[in-house]
Amino acid sequence: MTGVAEPTPPATAAGPISAPAAAPPRATPPPVEPVLRVEHLSVSYHTDAGRVRAVDNVSFDLPPGVRMGLVGESGSGKTTVANALMRLIKPPGRIDGGRIVVDGVETLPLSNEQMRQVRMRKIALIPQGAMSALNPVMRVRDQILDGLLIHEPRTPRRELERRVENVLVAVELDPRVARRYPHELSGGMKQRVCIAIAVAMRPQVIIADEPTSALDVVVQRQVMETIGRLQRDLHSSIVLIGHDMGLMAQFVDRLAVMYAGRLVEVGPIREIFREPLHPYTQLLISSLPVLGKRGVFRGIPGVPPSLLAVPPGCVFHPRCPQVMAQCPQQIPPLVQVAPNRWVACHLHEAAL
Amino acid sequence: MTAILELRNVSKIYKTGFWGHHVTVALDGMSLEIDEARPTITAIVGESGSGKTTLGSLLLGFLPPTSGTAFYRGKDLTKLSRGERKAFRREVQAIFQDPFAAYNPFYTVDHVLTVPISRFKLARSKADARRLMEEALLAVGLRPEEILGRFPHQLSGGQRQRIIVARAMLLKPKVIIADEPVSMVDASLRATILESIYKLHNDLGISVLYITHDLTTAYHIGAQIVVLYRGSVMEAGDTETIVQDPQHPYTRLLIDSVPWPDPDRRWGQSELKPRDGDVPGGDRGCKFAARCPLVMEQCYDAPPPLYQTDGTKRVAACYLWNQAPALGRERLPDFLAQVSSAT
Repeated sequence: MTGVAEPTPPATAAGPISAPAAAPPRATPPPVEPVLRVEHLSVSYHTDAGRVRAVDNVSFDLPPGVRMGLVGESGSGKTTVANALMRLIKPPGRIDGGRIVVDGVETLPLSNEQMRQVRMRKIALIPQGAMSALNPVMRVRDQILDGLLIHEPRTPRRELERRVENVLVAVELDPRVARRYPHELSGGMKQRVCIAIAVAMRPQVIIADEPTSALDVVVQRQVMETIGRLQRDLHSSIVLIGHDMGLMAQFVDRLAVMYAGRLVEVGPIREIFREPLHPYTQLLISSLPVLGKRGVFRGIPGVPPSLLAVPPGCVFHPRCPQVMAQCPQQIPPLVQVAPNRWVACHLHEAAL
Repeated sequence: MTAILELRNVSKIYKTGFWGHHVTVALDGMSLEIDEARPTITAIVGESGSGKTTLGSLLLGFLPPTSGTAFYRGKDLTKLSRGERKAFRREVQAIFQDPFAAYNPFYTVDHVLTVPISRFKLARSKADARRLMEEALLAVGLRPEEILGRFPHQLSGGQRQRIIVARAMLLKPKVIIADEPVSMVDASLRATILESIYKLHNDLGISVLYITHDLTTAYHIGAQIVVLYRGSVMEAGDTETIVQDPQHPYTRLLIDSVPWPDPDRRWGQSELKPRDGDVPGGDRGCKFAARCPLVMEQCYDAPPPLYQTDGTKRVAACYLWNQAPALGRERLPDFLAQVSSAT
C-alpha cells in the first residue's frame, strides 16, 4: 500500500514542533473550508516593452492538509503566483485584480502592517535558493528570531530562543547550528534553516518555491521528507512550486499545471498521471523519462509563447496537436469535469 | 587499435588555501577509453563534488592531470603539436550546461556556426556555408529561417542549446562530451535535446560522454553508466542492469532517491539511510564508507577493487561482493568495451 498521505510514524509525530499545543487531529476534518482560496488572480509586470501579464485569471482552492503542486516551464508565472500569495510583488509588478483568502482573511485589501501579521503566522514561504535567502553576516539563531521577535514582542526572549532550538530540531538540525553563520553550513543545512524560518510560527499555508532545486538527489529526498513530515505535524497545506514532474509525483496530492500564465489543468496527482486531459499535460507527461522505456524520446514540439505577444484564444493552440477552429478565437475557461478535476480546454467543454 | 580519447590512471587534485594545505581529490585513479570502432553513449553520473565535470575537463584538455595521463589518439593531450591540437578540437566537441554563456551576446547566433566553418574550412563558398548551417539546424529540429540572424536573447534556452548541438554536429566529430546539457532547459524541451544528441550518435556514429547528476536522463540515453562518488567509480556497466538492480550501497541510495515521474513508484522505500560523518583514518579506504549504511571494518583500510558481480554486465566497487572476481581499476576501460560490444 503506497497511499499518498500515510500516517506519520509515531517516533516523529512527537516532534518538538507539535509540543506546545497538540496538533489538530488529522482524522475527520469537518466539512472543509479551504485554507487558501485564490479567485481570478491576475498579475502584470510593466516593462519598457509593454505590459506582460505573468498570471492571468488564476483560481484555485486549497483544503487544509493538502499538498498541491504547481508546475510550469520557466516564465509560466508560477513564482509570480507564489509572490502574489505572499503579497511580495514589487514594481514593476502589480496585482491587477482577484481575491486571495488565507485562513479566512482576505489579504489583498490589507495594509502593509496587517499583511506583516499574516505572513509567517498564517502563510509562509520557503524560498528558492537557500544560498542567497539567508543573511551571510547573521547567525542562524538571529535570523530565525528576527521574525519571532516582530510577531511576538511580548514573549520573553528566553522562551523565543527555546523555540528556535525546537524548530531547529524539528527540521533535523543540531540545535548548536543556531550559533553558526550560513557559510559554515552545507546547502542542505541552509535549506533546512530556511524551512525552520518558514515553519517557526506554525503557518497554515506553506509556499515552497523550488525548495530543492540546488540540491543533490539524496539530499533533496531528505529535505522533502522533512517538509512533508512538518506539513503533517502542523496539518498545514503546501503549495510546492517547481518544474520537476518527478518530485511532484513523489510529493503532492494534487497538481495544478500552468502554461503561459494560465492554469490549464488541476486534479489529483494519480489521475493526472493516469489520464491527463489537457493536451499540454498529455505531452508533458509523455515527454518524461520513465523506467522500462529506455531510448524513447518525445519532446513537445514548438516553443512557449512570449508573454509580450500571447496568442489569442487558448495560449497553447499554436503547439497543440488537437487544435480546433474555435481554439484561436475563444479562451477556454477552467471548468470542472469531474470531482476535483478542472481543465481549460475546448475539447472537454462538451463533457459537461 | 588506439582509442580516440583515453584516461590512464588519472588523478586530479585541487589545492586551495594560501599554502595549498587544503587538498581536494576531485578524481582518483580514473581510467576510461572512448574507442572509435564502437561508438557508445556513456553516462557519467554523480552528485556535485563527484568529479564528473573534472573528468570532462580533463578529456577536453582544459585541465592537466595531477598524475596519470590523458591521451588523444595515443598522444599525451598536454603535449600535442599545433596540427594535432587542431584535429583534436575538431574531433572532440563539447556541449555545456549553460546555453546562454556559450554565446557572445553582441553577435547573432550565426556566429557560433560560422566560426567553426571558416576555422576548419568546411565550406568553399558563402552559399555552401549557408547550406551547411541550414542542414545542421534542420538535423536538430530547428527551422533555419527562425534562427539565423537572431541574437541569443531572442531565442529560448532550448533553442540555444540545440544550436550548440548543431554546431557540434557541423564538425562531424568522433566524440561529444556533453556536461549537463539539459539541466538548465525546461522539462518539455529536455526530451527534444536528448533526442538530437541521440540521433547524432545513432546516425553519424558519434560517441557521447553524457555527464549528469540526473539518473533519469542518464538511464534514458546512456547505453552504459559509470557512477562516481568523490572521484572514484562506485559502479559501472550496462545501464538497464544497474538501474533496475543496483548493487553498490551508494548507487542503491541514489536510485532510491530519484523522484521517478510515476506516482506508483515511491521513492525512499529502501531502508538504507545515509549516515553523516567524517572518515576515520582519512581517505585510505572506500570513499563512501563514512556515509555507507552497510559499512564494515575493512572498508576503512583500502579502497575496494571492482567486483564483477554480474559476470560481464557490471562491476561494483564494494566489499559486499568480495566473493565475485575482482578487477583492477585500471582495467575498467576493457570491461566497459566488452559491455558495449555485448549489447
